[in-house]
Amino acid sequence: MKRIGVFICHCGSNIAGTLDIDRIIETTKTFPGVVQAEDYKYLCSDPGQNLVQKMIEAHKLDAVVISACTPSLHEPTFRKAAEMVGMNPYQVEIANIREQCSWVHDDTPTATDKAIKMIRSIVEKVRLNESLEPITAPLTKKALVIGGGISGIQAALDIANSGYEVIVVEREPSIGGHMAQLSETFPTLDCSQCILTPKMVELNLHPKVTIHTYSEIESLGGYIGNFKVGIRKRAKSVDHVRCTSCGLCYEKCPVKRPSEFERGLAKRKAIYVPFPQAIPNKPVIDRENCLKFTKDACGNCEKVCPTTAVDFTQQDEIIEEEVGAIVVASGYDLYATAELREYGGGKVPDVVDGLQFERLLSASGPTQGEILRPSDGKVAKEVVFVQCAGSRDTERGKPYCSKICCMYTAKHAMLYKHKVHDGQAYIFYIDVRAGGKGYEEFYQRGVDEDGTVYLRGKVSRIFQDGDKVMVWGSDTLTGKKVEIAADMVVLAPATVPSVGTEDLARELKIQVDIDGFLSEVHPKLRPVESITTGFYLAGAGQAPKDIPEAVAQAGGAASKVVALFSGDLVHRDPMIVGVVEDTCSGCGVCVGVCPYSARELDTEKKKVKVVEVLCEGCGACGAACPTGSAQQKNLTDAQIISMVGASLGESSESPDSK
Amino acid sequence: MCPTRVSLSRENVKGDFVQLVNEISGQNVLNCYQCGRCSSGCPLTFAMRLLPNQVIRLVQLGLQEEALETNTIWVCASCLTCHARCPRGVDLAKVMEALRAIGLRPGTHDRIKPEDLPPETLAKLPQQALVSGLRKFTK
Repeated sequence: MKRIGVFICHCGSNIAGTLDIDRIIETTKTFPGVVQAEDYKYLCSDPGQNLVQKMIEAHKLDAVVISACTPSLHEPTFRKAAEMVGMNPYQVEIANIREQCSWVHDDTPTATDKAIKMIRSIVEKVRLNESLEPITAPLTKKALVIGGGISGIQAALDIANSGYEVIVVEREPSIGGHMAQLSETFPTLDCSQCILTPKMVELNLHPKVTIHTYSEIESLGGYIGNFKVGIRKRAKSVDHVRCTSCGLCYEKCPVKRPSEFERGLAKRKAIYVPFPQAIPNKPVIDRENCLKFTKDACGNCEKVCPTTAVDFTQQDEIIEEEVGAIVVASGYDLYATAELREYGGGKVPDVVDGLQFERLLSASGPTQGEILRPSDGKVAKEVVFVQCAGSRDTERGKPYCSKICCMYTAKHAMLYKHKVHDGQAYIFYIDVRAGGKGYEEFYQRGVDEDGTVYLRGKVSRIFQDGDKVMVWGSDTLTGKKVEIAADMVVLAPATVPSVGTEDLARELKIQVDIDGFLSEVHPKLRPVESITTGFYLAGAGQAPKDIPEAVAQAGGAASKVVALFSGDLVHRDPMIVGVVEDTCSGCGVCVGVCPYSARELDTEKKKVKVVEVLCEGCGACGAACPTGSAQQKNLTDAQIISMVGASLGESSESPDSK
Repeated sequence: MCPTRVSLSRENVKGDFVQLVNEISGQNVLNCYQCGRCSSGCPLTFAMRLLPNQVIRLVQLGLQEEALETNTIWVCASCLTCHARCPRGVDLAKVMEALRAIGLRPGTHDRIKPEDLPPETLAKLPQQALVSGLRKFTK
């Protein structure tokens, strides 16, 4: 029988304050196989780890149970300590008597009983633990970045500048993302495009970077270090090698559609370059609205193109790439104002959203930076900004704070005043959240120097009243209901994951949270890694964030990729689900349920085999297998049954003795 | 308490009233970010209908009538506890004094103008009377 050592941590008073350590030690010593039980004030400290190591050597222990905090904190610590004195790390298990016992109970006798049962169940588990070795696989040192906004650009540049090849996939006809639409950036008021376009150019010219615009992820297979990705390059209907960006085609195109880049405040043609600094600066044809495709008419662009670059016959192309790591920088969108019925529901023409106002402020925008209202083109003299339009609303909107709106609205009001000197900006808010370097000062500057009037209260209703937009709100500081007959209203809608994030996450088999944002492994300590290994997160697709934060996260994601690429092999957790060949009937049920394509049916042998590097150890196959042949390493049915028995207080029956 | 909607516009939030209060008091009421520290420390709020910060708020919004009709401006004893604690450096006592002065001065125009007084009257007028008169009868 295995010689097992049990160690009880006091965790100061976190555990010892509630549990009767002496009784635990005394009882634990009577468990079959337990040859040594020790306690220590802080087991995770250096002396604590030394104690464990000394006992392993002195008592020739085969396995160790650490009774302390959650395994997500110190399992690696103790496994490493055991490995240093020659024990296989997978012979170390944690009984979580802190989070699952001492922290949540206050009655010492019953809590101690529970802790004893928990430790006993882990002793039962460890008795049947196998010694495992990490699975290794080769590594492709090339990265894929999904999304060509500021986060994707930064991540790609950081990886490429470390010497590795990067492929950037962007859905829109140009890289740049939302940052390209912004007029100025807070809190410094530097021009957004002026600081973004050099990065776009650097990315475009980088010898290690390949950019695929107007493209989407078609398929993904493989695992960390060895992904196979299919990229659908949508037909641009223009040969970008021949095209010289002369612009004759879109001059002659008769179709006018609302421009996505201008948020509907201006028109674009059916063959178009989204904005002057676009990369690539070559047009695509919007086939849904091009007369050639809808009515087999026109063809002006083809006729005028001096280099015969227009090609109506172009087809979507799917290319295959092999990459070792994937950065997902899928970005954000704004909550649709049509959902905000009490705020005009997108029907009052002079109620615009934050990004539309950015375009109005922009010198390159539809009004050349003049604040003209969309309905009649008059200069807006009274502008009301409405914060939390859809954010912080658990009932009808999004429960979370969208984070960027307080600051961009402060900026909007300030820039508005710089352009319309005799105008007045009002901001309705619930709280002003100006956390960030220079942010509070920026917000106060808007009040002090530009006379922005903040009104604490949520707007109840916005409606057309003659040629004015009437805003009904309240000022909770005076307790008065207020109304403002505004020329224009700017909503700050909740930020939401960009359209299609959910589908992308499903294709990539990565996780999203309840609001659809990409999930990180640990909100504090591993904020740039996805739960699925090999995927890294950057930008506002993970949570609402501003440019400095998005850039910092992109750098963090890139450094994780570079760290991965610094080795020559990838190491995978060996806690996978294997196959008991003797009992496997080859029915293939597990093959169908495996979300990672890790299980294959060997048709000759009529047995299932496991591609070990692909298995994430989720256990779906184990639950589905009708014969119990899919057994998770170190969490076999036999182990679980004896753990349950121990938890219920049954006397242990060693399977060894059967 | 206040069933009617108060209409806000450029005319009141950036109107004469705010400027007048600022001019007389030497303070900038728009500096106030409504933290409420003045009200929480004020020893006389038991007798006030509106808290000191609420009066400042009314001034910020240019709501002259509401600001002048509250008893708060008269209850204020100018003890300066508020000013000593204000994180934005607003001397509320001076603002209250300005509001009292505005309330006292009848009308919105100067009732006496020194340049209109005959030189012989001016020559005979005691200096103190002239200063008091200007204080009371000019806006």
